[in-house]
Amino acid sequence: MRRPSPRVGHHGGVGTRILTVEDDERIRSAVKLALEDEGWTVEETGSGEEAVEAFHRHPADVVLIDIMLPGIDGFEVCRSIRKASDVPIVMVTARADTHDVVAGLEAGADDYMTKPFAPKELSARIRALLRRVRPTTAGHSKLVFGELEIVPDEGKVTVGPREIHLTKTEFRLLCELAQNPGRVFSREMLLDKVWGYGYFGDGRLVDVHVRRLRTKVEVDPANPRHVVTVRGLGYRLQS
Amino acid sequence: MPGTEQESGVLEKAERWRDAVLNRLDAITHRLRPQRIPLRQRIMLTFSLGAFALSAFLAATTYSFTKSALIHDRERSAISQTYRHGRMVSDELSNKSVPTDILQNLGLGATGGVLVDGQTTTNHGDLVPTNIPTALQQRVTNDRIASLMVVDRAGKPSLLVGIPVPATQASYFESTDLSDIQSALRNVGRSSVAAAVVTTGLGLLLGALAARRSVRPLGDAAQAAKAIADGRLDTRLVVTEDPDLQLLATAFNDMASALQLRLERDARFASDVSHELRSPLMTLAASAEVLEARRDEIPERSQTALDLLVADVKRFQGMVEDLLEISRFDAGAIRLNPEDLMLSEFVHQCVSASSLPGAAINVSPRGESLVIHADKRRLFRVVANLLDNARFYGGAEGVTVEVSEAIGEGEPVAHAWIAVEDHGPGVPADERTLIFERFARGSSAGRRATSEGAGLGLALVDEHVRMHAGRVWVEDRLDAEPGSRFVVELPAEEIGE
Repeated sequence: MRRPSPRVGHHGGVGTRILTVEDDERIRSAVKLALEDEGWTVEETGSGEEAVEAFHRHPADVVLIDIMLPGIDGFEVCRSIRKASDVPIVMVTARADTHDVVAGLEAGADDYMTKPFAPKELSARIRALLRRVRPTTAGHSKLVFGELEIVPDEGKVTVGPREIHLTKTEFRLLCELAQNPGRVFSREMLLDKVWGYGYFGDGRLVDVHVRRLRTKVEVDPANPRHVVTVRGLGYRLQS
Repeated sequence: MPGTEQESGVLEKAERWRDAVLNRLDAITHRLRPQRIPLRQRIMLTFSLGAFALSAFLAATTYSFTKSALIHDRERSAISQTYRHGRMVSDELSNKSVPTDILQNLGLGATGGVLVDGQTTTNHGDLVPTNIPTALQQRVTNDRIASLMVVDRAGKPSLLVGIPVPATQASYFESTDLSDIQSALRNVGRSSVAAAVVTTGLGLLLGALAARRSVRPLGDAAQAAKAIADGRLDTRLVVTEDPDLQLLATAFNDMASALQLRLERDARFASDVSHELRSPLMTLAASAEVLEARRDEIPERSQTALDLLVADVKRFQGMVEDLLEISRFDAGAIRLNPEDLMLSEFVHQCVSASSLPGAAINVSPRGESLVIHADKRRLFRVVANLLDNARFYGGAEGVTVEVSEAIGEGEPVAHAWIAVEDHGPGVPADERTLIFERFARGSSAGRRATSEGAGLGLALVDEHVRMHAGRVWVEDRLDAEPGSRFVVELPAEEIGE
């Protein structure tokens, strides 16, 4: 279940299940109505405990978590779900300039929204996260970077003999970098290709995801050999 | 009623008089009031005046004591010598010796002597009878009373002692030179004056030191007050051991704490209010969107109402976001996420993401190679707000954005300009600072019934730009046509080709 499998023909279409966690009942209902208008099935929960239980009972395709929750908070819910699944997670924070955003991304979220947001924008974000991994350039069924091997079509990543579990977004990020080995990707480019953001996307999304990726694919995440930072320019994947 | 009129006329006159007198008094007292001397100079002056008075008093006392002691001594020895000589003269006279020999035998040396015996006057040394004032001569010769007197002989002070020669009718006078005493006294006087001058100087120096020491706490307080005014609300004075200064420092710190508490409470209130508004707004925005998706299914009147609702939910959302942002500025909670940006690309992106994506952009040749270090998302708000403002006041037509190096700058370029020009009514000179204040809108804007912003747009522009170490102002259009030109100046670097 934890392997990110490309969902051919299923990128945000009918049948997509969304789990929301929000303690304000009216917001919950309004967001549910708006998301249902997109043709998605929405399961709403009012607390972190409830959400974790609901997810384990019936895994969703996308999870929307409000960080400010009574009982176990959004970060904890995020970590708990992330432990069991690679599902795309969008968190809702009060402000964009606090540490909350970075903390949420580090807890495993794929993207964030700040309250109050337009549901249309949320739908756009969810759709971007549900996009399937782009097919690789023809013939390349396996990309090899030293001991790091990627099989894009199977969603499989191995480091030496060990198979690595990546979230969908981490996997997409790695694949984007792997499409053009050695080429430097700016934050803006990665934001556009992986998250579907324009020029004004939040660069911290890229930074935190790269950090997360390194802890998984690098032998020594503090001295990365594969996912390398090019100062002032961006990131690059090398052998 | 002529009586009343006259009465009021008199009253009026009296009042005029009284006013005139009071004015005059005011003028006089004002003139009499001493010119305010700064505290530091006052302390210095007090010290040096004190030192002067003290040293002058000491000098004078020393001088007069020395003088009287020296003269008293000299008088005593002169008197006893004269008496001794008088007795010898008396003995010689009874031996019928010749007066000239008598005086000769006295061994007077430099001392002059005069012997008056009846009509015979004999003198020895430089003392001659004419040197002896008549008053002294009479007192001694006629009244037979021993007397002394200080006389000036050819610019030299001398002490004249005259005694009646015992057992005869004769008088004997002797002079003692006082010029050594005079020169000694002169020396004492000179050194006293010198000491007084030095002491006064030292007093002045001490005064300056004391003044500096006592004014320093005031300077500290002034600096702290300025720091607080500049927004560093946690500035406090160091409370010293000195009880006087302690009072000042404690009072100042209490005031600063009260001020800080109050400002923080205000800021927290604004922040709390906007925070609380988020949740209902979220529901409103989502519900309005759901309704909007079904716009075609509802009657026309409801559609109109829905459009109003949707538009104002958006406006409300904008206001709350602006309020939250500004309260974050007040709380000092804004953290920038700066990165190096190509200015020209950045402005192009800003314009295309703004409410005026079609606005013309002119980039100067050097503007193309300028790099700024900025928080992209925050600075976008600046450009977007300026464009909103331009569209709001001048309409969408003819809004232009200019990107250039700061005009009139030397080499290398240190600042960049982003200028937004519109064809609106312009901003009157006296409102050009005011419009960057919160909820302040230009007078020409007040008339508009369908205003969009919360009046925080330009205040936010100002705050954001200042966070980026830049400044923003409004001026006339460069082509002198009606309209306004908003200029954002930011630190920038030129990158090599």
